Amino acid sequence: MERIPILRMGNFLLVTIQVDMHDRLAMTLQEDLTKKIAETGARGVMIDISALEMVDSFIGRMMSHISSMARILDAKTVVVGMQPAVAITLVELGLSLKGVQTALTVEKGVRYLEQAVTTGGGRRTNGRRPH
Amino acid sequence: MVVARTELLPIRGEPEVVMVRQIVRAWCVDLKFSLVDQTKMVTAASELARNTLIHGGGGTVDLQVVEEGDRRGLRLVFEDKGPGIPDIPLAMKDGYTTGSGMGLGLGGSKRLVHDFEISSEPGHGTRVSIIRWK
Repeated sequence: MERIPILRMGNFLLVTIQVDMHDRLAMTLQEDLTKKIAETGARGVMIDISALEMVDSFIGRMMSHISSMARILDAKTVVVGMQPAVAITLVELGLSLKGVQTALTVEKGVRYLEQAVTTGGGRRTNGRRPH
Repeated sequence: MVVARTELLPIRGEPEVVMVRQIVRAWCVDLKFSLVDQTKMVTAASELARNTLIHGGGGTVDLQVVEEGDRRGLRLVFEDKGPGIPDIPLAMKDGYTTGSGMGLGLGGSKRLVHDFEISSEPGHGTRVSIIRWK
């Protein structure tokens, strides 16, 4: 089955979406990513969508869901590299991606995650959340 | 309005929704739409193709290059023989959904195009026609 690869970089997971996703592929990514967060205890997730020429309501919803699920699993999410034409279209479509943190570039995304992880909620020990 | 070129595509599965996006993109490029205009039309096409598949049980989209006076545009006509929409104004409202989506498909795609027409007969299907002019 076709899958989008998830790379691990230290405490973070990195996903680069380079294909025009059909809906099932987006759902699979959502499941794979939440599984991987739980498995690795990752503290941050970066989704690079710079290659995406279109984000419709389905893909937008997937990004919101990933952010919410990651948050419940004690990880921060940042979506990076959205093309300006995609941003304009999303807003007109009526999707403001509330609750989804974004950054313009991968560097800024990494900086956001590093900051969010060190300032937000303390460090995890033995893969457990602090009480 | 003159139809200069036309192509009928089936929408029977998710891969065909992706194919519709790609072919609509190619036609927008041929019409020399700006990048923002291409993105709007492709996004509207994606929303409506998904509606045709999920709510209509599959159907077709007819791509048409249309000319009126000295302006040219792209018209997409989505048709299905599904259960139809009993209350169109309600279905057009943002946030209204019967499926698993966000309920932005119809109202949202209307905002992305210049002309939007919808007709539906419960029990017989739905037809949505959109135009984006260059």
